[in-house]
Order: sequence, then structure tokens, then C-alpha cells
Amino acid sequence: MNLEELRGKLSYQGILLGGVALLTSAALAYASRATEADIKAAEAADLKQSLAQVLPGEYDNDLLKDTVTLPGKKGEVLVYRGRRAGKVEAVVYQVVGNGYAGNIVCVMGVSREGKILGVRVIKHTETPGLGDKIEPAKAKWIFDFDGKFLGDPPADKWAVKKDGGVFDQFAGATITPRGVVNAVKGGLEFFDANKPQLLDEAGGVK
Amino acid sequence: MNEKYARITRDGLWNNNVVFAQMLALCPTLAVTSSATNGLGMGLATTAVLVVSNMVISSVRHLVSAEVRIPVYIVLIATLVTLLDMSLNAWVHELYKVLGLFIALIVVNCAILGRAEAFASKSNIPDSALDGLMMGLGFTASLTVIGGIREIFGSGTLFANAHLLLGPAFSFLETTVIPEYKGFLLMILPPGGFMVVGLLLAWKRVLDQRRAAKVVAVPEAAAS
Repeated sequence: MNLEELRGKLSYQGILLGGVALLTSAALAYASRATEADIKAAEAADLKQSLAQVLPGEYDNDLLKDTVTLPGKKGEVLVYRGRRAGKVEAVVYQVVGNGYAGNIVCVMGVSREGKILGVRVIKHTETPGLGDKIEPAKAKWIFDFDGKFLGDPPADKWAVKKDGGVFDQFAGATITPRGVVNAVKGGLEFFDANKPQLLDEAGGVK
Repeated sequence: MNEKYARITRDGLWNNNVVFAQMLALCPTLAVTSSATNGLGMGLATTAVLVVSNMVISSVRHLVSAEVRIPVYIVLIATLVTLLDMSLNAWVHELYKVLGLFIALIVVNCAILGRAEAFASKSNIPDSALDGLMMGLGFTASLTVIGGIREIFGSGTLFANAHLLLGPAFSFLETTVIPEYKGFLLMILPPGGFMVVGLLLAWKRVLDQRRAAKVVAVPEAAAS
């Protein structure tokens, strides 16, 4: 029987489709196993790099492994802790703000005194050219948070200037910086509310 | 024989250009061409997939029956794209961070299925590889031109961030065309994409019509 006749048969179609699916799945499964470790390593390096931006200084533990998960206002918050000589010196966690076009995901580092070490936006869908000034590559605005804490400025001044606060808004975009400021303020309130657990000093009980 | 290769080349780059003649792949075209660098990145990634998918499909063309060819092609293309995605992520992670967005979009690029169906399923492997390369380069050129026009009018720069895509050696490409430019947001947003594609399409049509008119006019002039 030649290929021409075989191709017309109904069973041939099924076997062909099945065979192709089997072969491609096998190739994908193999590739997935071959690349898995490298992808994980690369992603961990990425995460470490982004944590280092909001957590200046040296810590003697592995940040990625020293984590604690606490309930926040918008679900659970994964916190990375940086220690020196066993004592938690700084924590890093994600906060989410409401932007003009969806969520703005930020990562912020806070020292054990409650001061902001740094804030970076890691994901947003704001308007290019207007709202994207929250990216450090586009403007210096995000560095305004460095060194601030609840009290400097006072709680009612934690807002953009249009709302009576101290933080600049951008020409043509108020909603975006407002979302970031509120998210950062929420992050500091989260720090205050969970300080013992965050600093791993919850009455000596681990 | 050379005539055939020349025709495949001309078809891919101009006559049967993916964007401006076949009007395929408009979704990725409009979505990513907010800058010339983005257009170039999307074009190059697509070209790589197009060449390999054309070769694979050409090599199995005798085995695949007409009835199930479309699902077979789709599975093959999706597998190739996923393999490319995983290997770039694992081994060239820096490049992946720039191109990652585009790679997933290649699966839905109907130009690739279009070439599999219209060319690779009927041609031998070298021809299919050349067709994939030329179609890909035509696509890359179109996307880079659209992206360049949108970038110049939208943000006053050209090839901004090219070093992220091509390496630091190519940072000389990055130019500020209009210094102190405030930006024209509309060009960066989707409507700008539609306008630039529309205008370029019209321009290509006019050019092709003029050329066709000339070809007809010359013999007449010779006769009189």
C-alpha cells in the first residue's frame, strides 16, 4: 500500500494527529526538564537584583529563603527579611496601587525603624509618556520616597499635592502618582501593624 | 533556478509583503510597533520561527494529509515557539527579558500558519527556508519602519533602548531626532499605529500602480 492510499484512510488521520501530538509533547517535556533549573536560577537572580535596589547595604543571610507570609488588606503579603547577625534589619514586600489603567505593582524596602529604603514599580500598564514617569528610567520621582516614614510627612500629608499632600503629581497624570503614594502609605501602615512578626521579635515565640 | 530564488526574495520583501500585501499579522504589528527597537525585536524573533517552521512543515509535507493539516501545523508551530521561549529564558535570560513579550505573541501570528499553508506545504526544504527568511525580513523591515515613524513623531527619538536588544555595540543606533520634544502621545497609542499602517499601505499601492502603469506605457510608446 503506498502513501497516497494510506493518507485517505480515516484511521491514518487519527494516528497522524496522535503521533504529532505525542512527539511534540515529548519534545516539550524534555525541553522543560532541561531548562527548568536554569530558568529558576535566572529568575531568582532577577528577584535578588530587584530586591537589592530597594534594600541597599549588606545583609548576611539569604534574603530569598528568609521569608514570612502575613495577611494584609489585599490578601497575603510575602515578606523578605534582611538580617545582620541574626537581627532583622530591613524587610521587603510588594504593595499594589490602583492606577489609571489597572494595578501598579510596587516593591518597597523598609528599615527596622520604619523608614523607606526604596520603592520601585515592577509592573504597570499606565499611559506611556504620561503615567510612566513612575519608572526610574523615565523620571526621578520614585526616589522622593527614600527616607520617608509615617510621621515625615504626617499621615494626612501622605498624598499628592493636588490632594493637599507633599508628593508631586505629573502634568496630565494625577491618578497614577496618587495610586503609588496610597500604595506606599498602605505599605507603611502594614509595617506598623505587623512590626513584631516582621522583625521576628514576636515575644520570643517562633 | 536563480529566477525562482529571485522571485521568492522579491515576493517576501515587497510584492507579497506580510503586512503591506498579505495584510496578515496586523495584530502584533499594531501592538508592538510603538518604537523602532520593538518592531525590530518582534520582526527578528518572528523571522527565526518562520524559517524553522517552514523547514519543519516542508519536511513532513508528504506525510500530512489534507484533512488534518491545519491542526498538525498549529501544533508544530506552537511547539517551536514554546521551545524557543524556554531556551531563551534559560540560556539568554537578558535577551529574554527584552523579547519575552514578543515571543508568546508569535504563536498567534497568522502569517506563520499562512506561509506553512501557502508555501511550505507545497515546496521543498531549501525553497521553504528561503521563503521563511525573506517573508521574515520583509516583516521585520515593515515593523521597523512603522515603529520608527511612530517613535519619531511620538517621542522624538529613533531606536531608543536598542542596546538592550542588540547589545552595547549597537548603542550608536540610538538617536534623538527632535531634541526637547514634548512627545505626541497619539502616535504611541494604538490609533497612531492604525494611521501609520494606513498611510504606508496607501503609499505602497500608489508606488506599485505607478510602476505597473510605466510597464504598460513603455511598449506603447515604442510602437508609436
